[in-house]
Amino acid sequence: MSQRFKDIDYIGVFLWVFRAIIIVLVIYGTVSKLFLGVGNEYTIETWIDFFVSGLSQGSLYALIALGYTMVYGILFMINFAHGEFFMSGAMTSTVLVATFLSASGFLDAQPLVSMLLITAVSIITSISVALLTERIAYRPLRRAPRLVPLITAIGASFFWQYFFRGLFGSALIPFPVPESLQGRWTIFGLEFLRTRVVVMGTTVIALVFLYLFIQRTKTGKAIRAVAEDKDVAALMGINVDRTISITFAIGAAMAGIAGVLWGLVFRQVHFYMGFVPGIKAFTAAVFGGIGSIPGAALGGLLLGVIEAVGPPLFLEGLGIVGAHQLKDVIAFTMLVLVLIFRPQGLIGEKLAEKKA
Amino acid sequence: MAQSTNFSKAVRYGLIAGVVALSVSAIGMVETFDVRDIITGVLTLGQLLLFSTALIGGYFSWKKGEGVTPVGALLRGLVAGLLTAVPLVFLIILTVLWPDIRDSFVNVTPALINILTFDQGTVTGSLILLVVMGVLGVIGAAFDLLSERIQKPLLYGLLWMLGIGLLSEILLLILRPYSPRALLALLFGDKGITPATAVVIFVLAVAINAWWTARGKEAAERRRIARPPSTAKQLRRLNIGLLIAFILILPFIMGTYLTEVADVVGTFVLMGLGLNIVVGFAGLLDLGYVAFFAIGAYVMGLLTTQGDLGIGGISFWAALPFSVIAATLAGIILGVPVLRMRGDYLAIVTLGFGEIIRVLVVSDLLKPYIGGAQGILQIGKPQILDFVFVQPEHFYYLILAGCLLAAFVSWRFRDARLGRRWMALREDEDVAEAMGIRLVSTKLMAFATGAAFSGLAGAIFASRLSSIFPHSFNLLISINVLSLIIVGGLGSLPGVVVGALVLVGLPELLREFAEYRLLLYGALLIVTMLLRPEGLWPSPVRRRELHESQMEHISEDETEEVHSLA
Repeated sequence: MSQRFKDIDYIGVFLWVFRAIIIVLVIYGTVSKLFLGVGNEYTIETWIDFFVSGLSQGSLYALIALGYTMVYGILFMINFAHGEFFMSGAMTSTVLVATFLSASGFLDAQPLVSMLLITAVSIITSISVALLTERIAYRPLRRAPRLVPLITAIGASFFWQYFFRGLFGSALIPFPVPESLQGRWTIFGLEFLRTRVVVMGTTVIALVFLYLFIQRTKTGKAIRAVAEDKDVAALMGINVDRTISITFAIGAAMAGIAGVLWGLVFRQVHFYMGFVPGIKAFTAAVFGGIGSIPGAALGGLLLGVIEAVGPPLFLEGLGIVGAHQLKDVIAFTMLVLVLIFRPQGLIGEKLAEKKA
Repeated sequence: MAQSTNFSKAVRYGLIAGVVALSVSAIGMVETFDVRDIITGVLTLGQLLLFSTALIGGYFSWKKGEGVTPVGALLRGLVAGLLTAVPLVFLIILTVLWPDIRDSFVNVTPALINILTFDQGTVTGSLILLVVMGVLGVIGAAFDLLSERIQKPLLYGLLWMLGIGLLSEILLLILRPYSPRALLALLFGDKGITPATAVVIFVLAVAINAWWTARGKEAAERRRIARPPSTAKQLRRLNIGLLIAFILILPFIMGTYLTEVADVVGTFVLMGLGLNIVVGFAGLLDLGYVAFFAIGAYVMGLLTTQGDLGIGGISFWAALPFSVIAATLAGIILGVPVLRMRGDYLAIVTLGFGEIIRVLVVSDLLKPYIGGAQGILQIGKPQILDFVFVQPEHFYYLILAGCLLAAFVSWRFRDARLGRRWMALREDEDVAEAMGIRLVSTKLMAFATGAAFSGLAGAIFASRLSSIFPHSFNLLISINVLSLIIVGGLGSLPGVVVGALVLVGLPELLREFAEYRLLLYGALLIVTMLLRPEGLWPSPVRRRELHESQMEHISEDETEEVHSLA
C-alpha cells in the first residue's frame, strides 16, 4: 500500500513541475515581451487586431465545438468525424452553389439571399453526412465497449475526407466572397474586417437560437432528458434513437454554418480542412467543460484568442523564431494541459469516473 | 400486404446498391481501377467494382424463409439490379445535359461515361447498362436459391479466379525469370489472365473445394486425430521450420521490386507489433504513435549523417541503441502525463502529442538542429566488416531480424506476468488496481516497449532511405498502423502480419489503390468493427471474449425488443 502512495506522489510531483514550468515560461515570455521589448514591436492597433481575429476564429471553434459537446453530453463518445461534417458542408456548398452564384453575378447583386442559400445547402449536406455516419457507424455499436465507436469514428473521418476528395478533387477551391463583405467597417472608431464581424454576429445568433431551442422546446427537453439518463428517458416515452439523431443533426447544422463562415474568412475550402479545426474545436469543448453548451462557446472564444495573441505575446517574448508557426502547438499543449489538470473544464461539472 | 413488404426490401437494397455504385463512379474509383485487367479483354477491376454492387444488391433483395417463390426471388433480384443502374443512368443523362460537370465533379470524366455505357453512346449504352445490371441482380438473387453445397465451391472458385487475375502482374514478375516465354503468353494476356486461364482456375478451384468438403476434410481430420502426439509436435516444428526457410529465401524468389515492397511491409509489421502491445495488450489507444517512429529515425539520422547537421558521425550499429533508447525514453516521458486518462481522452491527447512533435519538427525553431522541411540527407548505412547494406534484399534481412526480435519479445511478454497485467488493465482498470496491479509501472512498461519497437523501425527506415523528411512522419502513419492491427486482430501476433500484408502490401502492389487507400481504410475500420471485431486472424482469447459478449448483446437486444413490444 505504501508503495502505491509513493507512486502517486512521484507522478503528482512530476505533473506539478510540468505545470510550473509552463506557467513560468508564459509569464517570463509575456514580461520580456511587454517590458523588455524582445522580438517585433506592435502598435496597440495591431494588438487589437490580433485579439479580434482571435475572437472571430474562436467563434468558429465554438460553433464546431457545439457538435462535440452535445454528442459527448448524450453518448459519452468523442465524435471524431465531426470535423468532416464541417468540411462536407463547406465543400459541397462552395462547389455546387457559391461558385455558380459568383459566376452569374447573383452573389454580388443579392449577397444576403446568396449567403442564405449557400448556408442552407451547407447545413443540409452536413446533416445528411452526420445522419448517415450515425446510422451506419455509431448506432449498431451503442452497446459495444467504448473504444469501438471511437475506432469507427476515426474510420468514418478518413472515409469522408477521401470521399469528398474523390468527389471534388484535391485542389484548393476558392470561396467567392461577396463584394459587400470585402474590406472593413469602422465601428467605435476602430476598423474591423467585415467578414470577421459577420462571423461573430452569425455565431452569436446561432448560439442564442440553439440555447433557446434546447431550453424552451419539447425536443430540447427530450435531448436533455436523454443526456441525463437514456433508460429513464425511454421509459418516459422518449424515442432515444430519434433524439440522438436529432442531436447529431443539430451539431452538424452548426458545423455547416461554421463551414460557410470558414470559407468567408479563409476564402478557400479543401478536403483536409476539417481535421485540424475539428481537433481544436474538441480542445475548445474540453476546455469549456465537455457536455456544456455555454462551456463550448466560452472554450472556443478563449482558445481562439490565446491562439491568436499567444505567439506574438509570450512565444516571441521567449525569443522563439517563427513564433506564428507554433500556433497549433499552443492549441495542442492547451488540450494536453486541460485534460491533465482540469478534465472537467472551466465550467463543466465534475463527471463521474465512468463518464470522464 | 406481405408481398409488398417483400418488394420494398428489393427496392431498398436496390437503391442502396445504386447509391454505392453512383458514389464509387463519381469519386473516380471505377475509372482508376479500370486500368487493371483481371481477365484480359473481359473484365477489369473497375467493372468488377461496378458490377458487384448489382450482384450484392440482388443477393440481399430477398431472404429465405419469407415465403418467396423462386420466380418471385428472381423478380426481386431484377428489380434490385435495375434500381442499381438507375442512378448511374441519371449520371449519364446529367453529363449530356451539363457538359461542364467536370468543373464541379472532377472525376466524372468522358472515360468514366464510356465505361458505364460500354462505349456504345448514351442511349444504347444506358439500355445495355440497365440490362446488364438487371441480369446481375437476377444472378445475385439466384445465388441464394442454390443449396449451400453448391454455393460454397462456386464462391471459392470465383475468389481464386479473381484473386489470381488481380495479382497477375506480380505473379508474372515472379515467374518471368523461370518460365518459358510461350507458356507465360498462354497464361497471361497483356494485363490480367487470359479467359482460358480464368476458366481453368475457376474449374480447378471449384473441383478442389467440392472434393475437400465432400471427402478430404474428413479424412484429414481423421488422420490428425490418429496421429500420436509426438509426431504431431514434430510435424508442427517441421511446418514452422519450412515457413522460416521460405521467409528466408523469399528475396531470391521475389526480385528487387517485390523485396522493396516487403521491406515496407516489414517496417509496418515492426511498428504494428509495438502498437499491438500498447493497444492490443494494454488497451491504451495511442494515436500519436508516429512520434516514436520519428524520434528513432531522427536520432539515427543525426548520429550517422555525413551532412552538416551530423553530430558524432558514428556508425549505424553504434547509433541503433541510441535510437531505441531515445524512443523508449520519449515513450515514458509522454506516458507519464497521460497515466490518469483513459479511453477516448487518451486517444485525443496522444494525437495532440503527435501533432505537437510534427509541428515542432517543421518549424523554424528547431530548423538549425534537425533541418526543418529539408530533412536530413546522407544517413549512414549498416556495415558488417566490409559488407555494406545497400540493396533492398540486405535490408530485408535486417527488418526481418527486427520483426523476429519484436515478435519474440511480444510473445514472451504476453504470457509472462507483465502480459497478464496488461490484459487485466485492458479489461478493467479499476478492478485491475483493486487486484493489486500497479497501474503506473504497468502502463509505462507498455508505452516504453511499444515506443522501443517503433524507434527501432524508425532507425532502420531512416537508414534504408538514407534521407528523412518531416512529411514522412504524419498522422496517417499512426492511422495506418492502427488500422492494420485492428483489421488483423487486436492482440494477435499473426494478425499484425496479416494486417500489414493486406493493408500495406496490397496497396503497394496495386498502385491504383494509392489514391483511395485511406478511404478504404476508413471503410474497413467501420466494417471490421461492425462485422468482425476480432479481426482477420484473431487471438484465441479475444475471439472467445468477443463472441461471448456478442451473445450477451444479442440476448440484451432481444429482451429490449420484447419490452418495447409490450
